[in-house]
Formats: sequence, C-alpha cells, structure tokens
Amino acid sequence: MSASLAIETKDLGRIYKLRGSKKETRKELVALEGVNLTVERGELFGLLGPNGAGKTTLIKVLTTLLAPTSGWARVAGKDVHTEPDLVRPRINMVSGGESSGYGLLTVRENLWMFSQFYGVPSKEANERIEALLEMVGLKDRMNTKSSDLSTGLRQKMNIVRGFLTEPEVLFLDEPTLGLDVGAMRDVRKFILDWLKADKERTLLLTTHYMAEAEELCDRVAIINKGRVLACDKPSVLKQRLQKDALFEIQVSPLNGLTQQNLLDQPEVTKAAISETETGAKLSLSLVEESALARVINLFTQKDVKVMNLTKREPTLEDVFVDLVGRSMAEEEEHGQP
Amino acid sequence: MAAWLGWVIESNWTDPFLFAVYSIVKPISGAAILVIMYGIISQGNYESALFPYIYLGNAFYIYVGAVMTGVSWAVVDDREHYKTLKYMYIAPIYIPLYLLGRGVARFITGSIAVFITIAAGILFLNVKINFAEVDWLLFFVTLIVGVVMLALLGLLLAGITLTVARHEGFIGEATAGALYIFSGAIFPLDVLPEWLRPVGYFMPTTYWLELLRRSLVGNVAQAFPTLANFSNMEILGVLLALSVFFGTVSIYVFRWCDARARELGLIDRTTNY
Repeated sequence: MSASLAIETKDLGRIYKLRGSKKETRKELVALEGVNLTVERGELFGLLGPNGAGKTTLIKVLTTLLAPTSGWARVAGKDVHTEPDLVRPRINMVSGGESSGYGLLTVRENLWMFSQFYGVPSKEANERIEALLEMVGLKDRMNTKSSDLSTGLRQKMNIVRGFLTEPEVLFLDEPTLGLDVGAMRDVRKFILDWLKADKERTLLLTTHYMAEAEELCDRVAIINKGRVLACDKPSVLKQRLQKDALFEIQVSPLNGLTQQNLLDQPEVTKAAISETETGAKLSLSLVEESALARVINLFTQKDVKVMNLTKREPTLEDVFVDLVGRSMAEEEEHGQP
Repeated sequence: MAAWLGWVIESNWTDPFLFAVYSIVKPISGAAILVIMYGIISQGNYESALFPYIYLGNAFYIYVGAVMTGVSWAVVDDREHYKTLKYMYIAPIYIPLYLLGRGVARFITGSIAVFITIAAGILFLNVKINFAEVDWLLFFVTLIVGVVMLALLGLLLAGITLTVARHEGFIGEATAGALYIFSGAIFPLDVLPEWLRPVGYFMPTTYWLELLRRSLVGNVAQAFPTLANFSNMEILGVLLALSVFFGTVSIYVFRWCDARARELGLIDRTTNY
C-alpha cells in the first residue's frame, strides 16, 4: 500500500444474515459488494448514494465497528479487521441525525471526556474545545447540560467531538442530516476550514445531498445497493453527461403519463419523475435539444401542461440517474430491499 | 474517566437531596421488608442465629446487583440510551477496562447502601455485631476479592449483553436474581433440593457471602451446616480459585462476544430504548 493512501479497500464485502420466522430460511442482505476504493491523504472524499445504499455500512467497517465478510480495508495503513487497535487512535467518526452524548454532562464535560480517551492533555483539550465551539457558534452554551440543547446544537457538539481529537482520518456520516439551512452552511464551512488547516488531514463524508457532495468533495464515489458505480472528481463525473441536453420541466398532473412513455421517445435517453404539490417535476436527458418538440407534443397528447421549463447543466443527481436509471428519491422509494 | 462518568450518571439523575434520600431509604426499606417477613415466619425470634445470617447475607448481596449488573448495564446504557457505545468502541481505549470503570460508581453507591443497611440493622433491627470480635483482615480481604470477582462476572454479562439485541436489560437482573437463590444469601444451601445444591457450591458468591458473615459474626454463622466443615482459610482458598476461574472465563467470553458483536453488527444496534 502506498504511504500516501489514507483509505484503501480491496473487494470489500459485507453480507448481513437476516432472521426471518422459524419456517423461513435465513435471508441474506448484501450491504457491500466488491468495493474497491483508494482515498489519498489530504482528500475530502464523498460517498454519495440513497438511503440504504451501503454508505453507513462502509463507514462502520472502516471505523472497526463491523467486520467485513470478504475482502479487506486499510485505514492509515492499518487493516481495520486485524489491527483495529492501531486504527482507532488515528480516526474519529461523527454520525449525523442522532442526538448521542451524555445528557447529564455539560457540553464541555462531554467533549473533555472524549478528549481524555484519546490522550489529549487536559489543558490542550480545553483550549481546543473552546476554539472549536467558537467556530461552530456553541461557545456560549459550553456549560449547558447537553440534554438542554436542541437537536441541532447537540449535533454540532458531536461534530466538535469528532474534530477535537485531530484524527488523521475523519469519517462524517451524513453530518448535516436534520440540520437547518444555516447550521448546514456553518458545518460545511467548518469542514473546509478544518481541512485547509492541515494538508495531511483526510475526511470521508457520506451524504445523500448532491449539492453537499458537489460543494465539498474533491472526489466522489457513487454507491448504490452496496456497489460503487463510479468514482471520480465531480466535474469529471458530470462531463460524461455533457453530450446530452438536460431539461427540468415543471408540469401539471401527469394524467397517466409515465416514465416509460418518456423513455419510449427515441431521443430521450434518461427520464426521472418526481411528484410535486401542483403536478410533477421531470428531469429529462435528450440526445439533442430539438427532441424537446417531440416531448412537448407527447405532453399535449396527454393533456399535460408545461408550467416551467429550464435547460440546465448536469449535476451529480443526473450522473446518478445515468448510472442507475432512476433518481435517488425513486431509488430510495423502490429500489431498496 | 469511566468511573467519573459512571458516578455522574449515578448521582446526577436527580437533585442531591432526593439522591441522598433515595440512597438511604431504598436499602433500609429492602431490609425492613426482609426483617418483617422474618419476624412473621420466625414468630419474632430475632435471637436466632438465622437472623444475622439472613440479614448480613441480604445486605452484602446488594453488591452483587450493584457491581455485577453495574458493569453489564453500561453496555445497555451507552448503546441504547446515550448512543455513545460506538464512539467508545472507536476510541483508543480498552473496552473491558472502560466497562469495569463504569461499574466503580455502582460499587460506591452499593457500598453506601450496604453500610446503611448494616448500620440500620445494628441500630434499629436487633442485628448484633460485636466489633471487638470482628476479623477485619478477613473481612476486607474477602470484600476486595469478592468485588473484583463480581466485576469480572459483570464483564461476562456485558459480553452476553453485547450480543443480544433485545431484552438485554434483563440479563443482569435475571442473573443477580438467580444467584440470590443459589448463593445462600438468605437461606443455607441445604434448604435447596439436593440436585440443585451443586449449582450453589459452584458459585463463588456462596463462599464470599459465607466468609463475610463469618468475619463479622464469627461462630454464629459457622453454626450453619452448609460450609460448617470448612475453615475460613479453606473457604478463602475456594473463593480465590473460583474467582480466578470465573474471571478467566469472563475475559474469554467477553472477547468472544465482542468479536461476535462486531461480526453481527450489534455494537451500535439500538431498539428504540
């Protein structure tokens, strides 16, 4: 393994055995399959995929919480399964969307306690705690019991807990999940500032927010049903679609118009439909712009009115649709076991 | 650090006054129920040697529930309630030591309860202990060996708790309840059916409670038939041997369960506590 790699996985797999009723045979859920990834030191690497895609499972394996069922993974050059004791001092993790922490302890006490588990000298720990809480706008609540914090503030406390120990590799699992827009912006800025401060720091971020991945990540792996479908810089991933013309069309109720109807049009290469309060939003990928006329004609036949039409640049969502055949929202709704 | 955390959790769940009242009233209430039951059954014969036997057995048994389940409960508490177990697991700490540390707080609160129970027994409930005749060396050696043994048994339960995703909260209580019957805490093992007695003889808690009682009330306890033919040193030897045996088993069982929990993905599994 190269010394510059922060994370490396080879044919990594994880299968869960699910218990059914006594009459049923045991079912298996493939959470990860043949995952091959390399993350350089100093990279902000994103794992992008819908809920249930395997992102959290991969993080659990990489943070030594879960044993892989096949393949291997190394973090900071150490095997997560056979050398967990060597991996742990070098990593930390934050999971979003949860309010973990000891409610009876103050914010400072919670953070200080975890810093002690990592051997940070007490004085230095207190300095770091104050500085980090200042950065996330939580310093004035330092001596508040964490049970008295709102969910968002508690999540900020947990984010500080992850950064406090200055890990070589930090895993952020949906760190902005459940946060309001302002808090999300604060957290994203904080992440970027933290990485800029030391070029050796590596961060692996999972998200199902496309914009977050595009804004933050140096490289992104798109993952679905436990498999990595593509991995590259966001700009490179999007380039693969730039030969197509992308349109976003807001329409009245669909009157039986289906995704298949759209795909049946010869010039339509991708189509995703998401329902809205007033009708539906269609994301279409067309071979050439002139094909739009046929699509509009189809709408007319189905008595579907166009309320808004926008031509736009491709996003990672389009890349996902291109790879999977449907949007992340649709995949979450239909595609998971 | 873990002991400090445990103490904060144990002592800060309510205001200090209520905590103090709870710490005093709970053990005294428990002892009072036992004394009343004994009084009814024995028709008020508090002079019988059986009375201090039962009373002290019950008092010291508080440690079994406190220390043993205190260690294993930390798994439930951190995994289900505080959702921090996964963060403990990825921290560079030795998890068994962390769990044992969490049990220290329960040892402290348990010690307070034991002291209050015995003090109340002496002051108000006719329990007779002649402090001039107490074998303090035997008492403290036995107490320390026993508490270490209970903590290690707690580690065994913590391991099992790790591998159980539902109803894990009952494991500690169920084990403590079972040991109550098989350790001669409130009745001699001879009362049990003959085929059940070997279970009690195999439990280190049986010898631990016997030695604690002997160190405090001497011959009164020795008058009971179960272990009457054994000297204090013999019982201490058996206690040490069984403690080493169970301690070793506990460490290996915990390691196995820990690896199993990692294989099954149970370390951070919650069941909506």
